Order: sequence, then C-alpha cells, then structure tokens
Amino acid sequence: MQHFPCPFCGPRDETEFHFAVEAGHARPEPAAAVSDAAWSSYLYENASPKGSAREVWLHLTCGEYFIMTRDTVSREVTGSEALPGHAP
Amino acid sequence: MSGWRHPDLGAEIDRSKPLRFTFDGQTIEGFEGDTLASALLASGHRILGRSFKYHRPRGLWGMGADEPNAVFDVRHKGIHWPNARATLTYAQDGMRVASVNAWPNARRDLFGVMDFAQRFLPAGFYYKTFMRLPWRFYEPLIRRMAGLGRVDPDFAPAADSVQVAAACEVLVIGAGPAGLAAARSAAETGRVVWLVEDARHLGGALRRRGGEIEGTPWRDLASQTQKTVKRAGGRVLTDTTLWGAFDHGTFAAWQRGPHHRHWRIRAERCILAAGGIERPLWFANNDLPGILSAEAALHHLHAHGAVPGKKILLATATDNSYPVAKALVDAGADVTLIDSRNDTPGLEGVTHMAGARIEAALGRHGVTGATVSGKHFDCDTILCAGGTTPTVHIWCQAGGKLDWDEDRDMLVPRPGTAPMTVVGAARGTLDLATALQEGKGAGAGGDPAGDTFPASDPATPFRPDTSLPGRQWVDLQNDVTLKDVGLAAREGFTSVEHLKRYTTLGMATDQGRTSNFGGLAAMATLTNRTIPETGTTTYRPPFQPVPLSAIAGPARGALYHPLKRLALEASHRAAGARFREYGGWLRPAVYGVGDEATLAQQEALAARKTVGVYDASPLGKLDVIGPDAAKLLDFAGYIRMSTLKPGRARYGFMLSETGIVYDDGVVLRLSDTHFVVSASSSHVDGVRGRLEDARQDRIGRGQVFVHDVTQGFVTLTVTGPKARAVCGAAGIALPDLAHMGVAEIAYKGGKMRVARVSFTGDMSYELSVPTELADTLRADLDRALTGAEGRWIGLEAVMILRAEKGFIVIGKDTDGQTMPQDLSWGGPRTKRADEYLGKRSLFTPAAIQDTRRQLVGLRVPEGGSVIETGAHLIPNHGPRRSLGFVTSSYFSPNLGRPVALALLENGHAKIGAEVRLFNDGLIRVAEVTPPCAFDPKGERLNG
Repeated sequence: MQHFPCPFCGPRDETEFHFAVEAGHARPEPAAAVSDAAWSSYLYENASPKGSAREVWLHLTCGEYFIMTRDTVSREVTGSEALPGHAP
Repeated sequence: MSGWRHPDLGAEIDRSKPLRFTFDGQTIEGFEGDTLASALLASGHRILGRSFKYHRPRGLWGMGADEPNAVFDVRHKGIHWPNARATLTYAQDGMRVASVNAWPNARRDLFGVMDFAQRFLPAGFYYKTFMRLPWRFYEPLIRRMAGLGRVDPDFAPAADSVQVAAACEVLVIGAGPAGLAAARSAAETGRVVWLVEDARHLGGALRRRGGEIEGTPWRDLASQTQKTVKRAGGRVLTDTTLWGAFDHGTFAAWQRGPHHRHWRIRAERCILAAGGIERPLWFANNDLPGILSAEAALHHLHAHGAVPGKKILLATATDNSYPVAKALVDAGADVTLIDSRNDTPGLEGVTHMAGARIEAALGRHGVTGATVSGKHFDCDTILCAGGTTPTVHIWCQAGGKLDWDEDRDMLVPRPGTAPMTVVGAARGTLDLATALQEGKGAGAGGDPAGDTFPASDPATPFRPDTSLPGRQWVDLQNDVTLKDVGLAAREGFTSVEHLKRYTTLGMATDQGRTSNFGGLAAMATLTNRTIPETGTTTYRPPFQPVPLSAIAGPARGALYHPLKRLALEASHRAAGARFREYGGWLRPAVYGVGDEATLAQQEALAARKTVGVYDASPLGKLDVIGPDAAKLLDFAGYIRMSTLKPGRARYGFMLSETGIVYDDGVVLRLSDTHFVVSASSSHVDGVRGRLEDARQDRIGRGQVFVHDVTQGFVTLTVTGPKARAVCGAAGIALPDLAHMGVAEIAYKGGKMRVARVSFTGDMSYELSVPTELADTLRADLDRALTGAEGRWIGLEAVMILRAEKGFIVIGKDTDGQTMPQDLSWGGPRTKRADEYLGKRSLFTPAAIQDTRRQLVGLRVPEGGSVIETGAHLIPNHGPRRSLGFVTSSYFSPNLGRPVALALLENGHAKIGAEVRLFNDGLIRVAEVTPPCAFDPKGERLNG
C-alpha cells in the first residue's frame, strides 16, 4: 500500500486518494469553436507516459484536488503541489 | 518405527508437562513445546500423509514453512484447522490430528493403487486426457481425489481477527543470528525496531547449531536483544509470519497464538534476515518416509530431543554438515557420512565415505536401506544436505532481482534492486561470524550489499542427474518427478513459468521452497542453459499460507461494506418496516406483515387516495454557499440555476464532461448566496466531487463553498391529496407555498425547511429538520396520519408512484449513453450560450444521430401482464436486433394496469406506434407512449 503526499495534509494512505485526470489538459472553449477532433482528444487522449507522469488526484478526506508527479513504473512519488494559484 | 526421543536433549520442550493427542485415531504422547512434527518423529511415526497424485507414503522432511509432506487437518476445542503444517503447529493436549489425501488413513491408503498407474499420469495429464467430454463431467471425480485436506463447510471461523495498523523505524524480518544482531544494534542507536520471527522462539539457526556469541551463550544475545528492542520502544513478535511486502514500505504480518492478529506495518527501513532453506538431493525413491533435511534433523534433535532414526546415512557436500553428524553420534545414533567431495577428513565416531554419492533409497513404506555408489547399505534414515537456498521471497516481492553466485551455487539478492537491506543467509552468508557482523552493521545503518563475500569452502554443487534409473522426486508436495520435468522440456514448456503451470512444480502450500531449485537446475541441464538464463518464477505474497479470515478480519458480512443507516431506523422498525438496501442505504421497503409486493401496491394506492409519508433522508443535501454559488452551479449543471429566485426550487441535471446524464435532482435556492443541491441518495459523494472539481479548478475557492450536510438532517416527505391536512394536524405551520416553493419555518424550537417538490406527482411537502428534531417530527406526523387514514410507505411504493408519473431514476432508467435530450430535456442544449459541464459533447456526431435511445413509456394491451424489466425491444419487421430495453416496470394500482419505462431507439418519434418485446425467447407487443402514464396534466400537484 502506497503513501501519497497531500500538499494540504501530508503523507496519507493511498486508500484516501482518487485519481482524477492527467494534468495539463486545458479545456477547449467555447464549445461552438471546438472541433469534434479537438474535443475527443481532450476527453480521451492521454499521454499515459511510462515513467514520470503529472496527474491530478483527489484527496477524498480533505476534498482537495492537487497535482502529483509520480513514476508509473517504480511508483515513486517525486512531487506534490496544489492546483495553480492555490497555496496550501 | 525408527524415530525416538533422546532422554536429555530438547531445549524447547518441557518434560514436566506431558500431553496427548491423536493422529489418525492413534494416541501420540509428547511434551509441551513439541510441534506435531517433533512429537510424531519422536514417537516413531513415519508415514504422515499420502502424496498428492500417486498416493505414495510420505513422511517428515523439514522444520518450518518448507515442509512439503506433513500437512494435517487439525481439530481442537471446536476449531477446525485445515492445511496445518506439522512443523509449524504446536501440539496441544486433546488435539485431533488427521492425515490428508489418504483413505482410510495414511498408513493404509487404498488410493495407493494410483502409484501403479503412474505410467499413465504424466505431467499435463489433465490437459491431455480430459478433452473428449466437457470438463464438468470429470470435475466432480477429480475434485474428490485431488487436493490436500478438506474444508468443513459448516465451520466458519469467528470474525474476531484483530487488525492493527502500525509503524516503526526499522523492521527486522527474521530473528536468527543476523536478525538479532541487526535488531540489537538498531535499537542501541535509539531506533524503534520491530523484530518479526516466524517461529515461536528467537534464534533461527542458533536454535539448532548453538554456539557462543561474543563469549556468551547465544541465548544471551536473544534475551538482550529482546530487552534492548523493548527499551527503545520497539516490539518483538514471535509466532508471526511476515507474509507480504508491499509498496512504500508496507508489510503484512500474521501473528498466531491466543492473541492472533493481523498487522499492517509501515516501516521506514527494512532489514531482511530471513535465513536460508536446505535443498534436498535427487536419487531414486528420494520421497520415502525417513528421508529428511539434515538441518531439520539437527533442529528436531536440539529443540525437541527427537531423533529420526538409529542407523543414519547423511549425504552432503559441505563442511556444514559435519556438526550435524557429530551431534547425532553424540546422541547415540549410528551415522555414516557420505561426502561427494574427495579427500575430506573423517570425523571421530562417524563412518566416512568420501567421493561417494547416494543413488537410490530402498524400502516400500519407509527407508530400509540405500544404494551408495553401487553398494547396498542398511539404514533406517537418510539425511540430505543438498546446499542452501537463501530465503529471498520478501526481497523479490518488493521488486528485488536476483544474481546467480557461481561460487556459492545460489541465487542471491542483486544489490540496489529493492528498498531493503539483506543480511545473513538470506544473502548467502552462511558463516556465523560474518552474519553477525553484517547484522550489526545493517542495524547501525549500513548495508553489506557492496561487500564482497569472504572466501567460503568450495562446495561441489549437487544437480539432478537424469541418467540415474528410478523415479526421482523434484517436488514432493505436488508429486513432480525428474521425468515430468524432462517431459515438459521435450514438449516445449521450457520457461520456468510454463514448467510450473504444466507440471504444478512449486505450487501449493510450500510454494516450492524445497523444489524450485531442483526443477530449475534440471530444466537448465535439459535445455543446455545456465541457471540465470533459465530464470526463476515470480515470488508473490503470501510468503506462506495465511487464513483469509485473518486478512479479512471483521470486514465481512454486514461489516464488509457497511450500509448507511437512517436516524429513524428504530422507529421505522417499531412501525413494522421491512428494510432493504437502496444505493448504499438501508431503507424501509414496505411496512407491515405479508407479501411485500401486495403491501407495496396497497401503500401506493393509499398514498394517492389519502396521504403517505416516507423517509427521504438519504436525499442529498449539498450546501453551496457564497457569492459565486450561482456561477458554480451554472457551470456544473445542465440547467441554469442563476435565474432561480430565492424561495424557489428547480429540477436540474448534472452531466459528465462526455455529456452523459450523471445525476438529476432538485436545486433549492434559499437566498441569493445559498443553494441546496438535492443529489440522488447514491450520488451525493460523486456530485460533491464534481462540484469541488469545478470550484477548485475553474470558479475559484474564495467566493463559494460546498458542504455535504446530508446526514445532519432528516427529511420526511408527506405526499398525497391530504398532505396539507396532515401537516396541519401535525402542528406544522405550513407557509403558503406554490409548487416548487421553498421556505424555512420555525418548528419546536428549531428550524424546518419545507420544500414543495414532488417525486410522486401528487402534492408533496419535503420536511427537513436537524436530526435532533427527527423523533419529534416523526411522532407528530404519525399521529396526524392515523387521523387522515394515511400510512407510512416504503421505497417500493415510492418507486411505483414515480414510475406511474414517468419520473426517472438515474442509472436505472438511463444508461451510460443517455444525454438530456434523450429524456426530452433538449431545451438548455439549444438555448444556453454559456459554457457548462458536458456541453460540447451534446453536439458530437454521436449526440445528434437519429438512432439515439430515448426515454418512452410502454402500454401493454388490455389485460396484459407486467413486462419483465430488462426485456429487449425489437423491430416489428426484418432481422431481430435490440432497439433498447425496458428500464422500469410495475403494476400500477392507481391505473389498474401495468406501466413501464424503456429506452428505445428514436423512441420519441415512435409514440403511438406498436413495438415488440423480446424476453427469454418469448415475444409480445406493447404500445409506445409518453413516459407519464398517470395524471399527464399534473393537476394533482395542486392537491
């Protein structure tokens, strides 16, 4: 069982966390100006890197979304930060 | 009968406390401190079980988790313990022990005839033979014959395993010399150390080999370590199997004994000192009872005073076995040492044969002799010392890799591949002084990984020899012979993982502790590969069998996934409610005695005729508060809430970004800056998560908050023509509210929220009070109900009422493709210019095609029966395919006919048309209607 660092609560058990989304996907807007291809890419296309990945996770117990950088092979967590503009 | 009890030896038994147990009905005498294995060994019992496949007699081999043969079925004090290893189970007075895989017992097993059929039972026998008929024809017979032991279906272990999560600074696995030294030196530096030992006693190999450490008897090291560890705040757990290594320093351990518990230990640092296991030797009939591991014989001698025989052959290729021979001679046995090496010096009192090897064991039910380098020998016991295999399971479970060490003839941990420090025999260090030094260094924070090994005496490695005649066993527990390995190699199953699956080598309770190396070495020889090229199978938890009840702990049955309970559950029960689970909540299904379906019909009828009250407390209550609350709900919802006036409610949807309807519910606006989102009872957490997502990632946290206060309130819904009268009679000063009006009123010294929203189509008041006032409100309503000839109604009746009205339940009447326009809520899609969750997805090619499944109602012909929920809708003509399915179907007591909802391809255009329904091979017809079947104009909402 892994330990994940919540930027607000510190290291906590993995069962308290939920994966949200791969980080860095900007929502294309307005809807009328977004092509089908661009929208489907936003919804479904992920880099899913082997190695270091930046992901948005939810710490269920405090309700905060945050960005975690972890290695998808070794499962080592190398970074944890609040969403942009929100210092813990 | 060859084993015997030494009159003095046996440091771990208490001769003043004799005990008796039965083995296959025979009484066995032993002493406190005896394991089943040592007591049976000392009493002369040799046949302890029958082999898995051929039903060959088998006896004791080992001294711990490596034991492949002596697996028993133990009953004691009402507890049934299948699959008990004799070496790990301590004898208790009155135990009833039975051998497994034998009938009527291990000594006279009638299935022994299987051994004569061995020619017809090669590896992969099942796969090759049971092909002609489906497997189910063979399975019952094979199941009866296969397996080790039986589970008593009536025995359910108590759900009393305590589960404890713990943390420590240094976890030391194994309390042999290296582990003890590591734990002591770590504790001396002030670390919180947990020392976990599989056996009941500390000491590991010291228990059998003895010796002095730093000038004092080894037991001093054990007791000192224990004290030092405890003083520094640590713990020593004996009788505890550390069975799994998981991510980020998490370990699972199972502690046996009267205070049995399951530990989840989080360790900052781990030192693995798990020791090693002795390998067997390969010769004909090497599975006979009376053939033991040499180290195990030494262990049983020193720990329990149990000696396996009088005339003993000891086959070895290392100096390590000489003390074993000496100890046995000193104990009074006649020992012949067979050393495969040439030019080895003899030992006083021991017959010595250098450069010899054992080729066959002789005997039928046990060893009576052996062939050594072509010559016959009489003996009653053969001890094998085939070399040592480091116990690297935990290392490999943690992701560690192995290196082949040619000099030592063993696979050892490759430094730096797992986050733990390995010391002692687990990394191939068999020399006591070095092991102690490694342990001490590791405990102080060092790692011997980089150290080069001190030169050891060159051993002549033993390898299976396929040229020897006779059947040589590689895996005793799974009855795999060298020939089976040969067959697997010939048939192309040369990968070790294939070898394992094809021959079952290395499976079952011992997980190949004594067999994997032999199988691997044989396969390497047969395929002309080196051992590292051949590789090893994957090590997975558990390290040795752990009862599932220990891992599950109390989390089973009702506690596996605890249901949410209503604050008024006790009152409802007193009123005759019968409870069921609805979306994680335990709620009243119906009230009263009798057939549930009939009761639900009666309740649904009464609720429309007079009045019904139901507990709607699980309905979500998400407070969205702040100046940006409307902005947040506008983005997160499909229907705009910013235009909602305070004091009003509006039905809304939440979509996922893919445009699929995720939830529906009413949003109340209490003030400019305060909304309450009534999410569906099973979607509250999800809706809150989505609101938080939009808040944190888009709207900003400063101006709006989301609070889930669902469980802080009790909501009772009064519905029916007499709803207003009942509220009045209950003493509730109802404000003047139009449909979809909301107000807060004073009630019994507190506040009540009254919402005139309806899930039944009748005039309804949702009354929400803080939990403290729940009993008061319930009692008030209960009294008023009696006067109005109304009744409490359960969820089954509510489901009927809402289906009559065509009101949907998300996830039941919608699926993973349903968009709001499919539910006739296309307005916002075409009108809203601003951004909202899921918007773009509502305009994709898939969202606008005319084959979308849309919500419709179904009406059966006059006199028709209720449609089966889940029935498929199929075309009236042409090839049969599914156009959709029935999502909800009930008999409506108020209409006197069945009603149903369905998702139908292009359904909105088919209103009035006939459609065919297919279910379980039968086809019937129905008319497509709008979803609402009852009071389509909504006149009853006004009472």
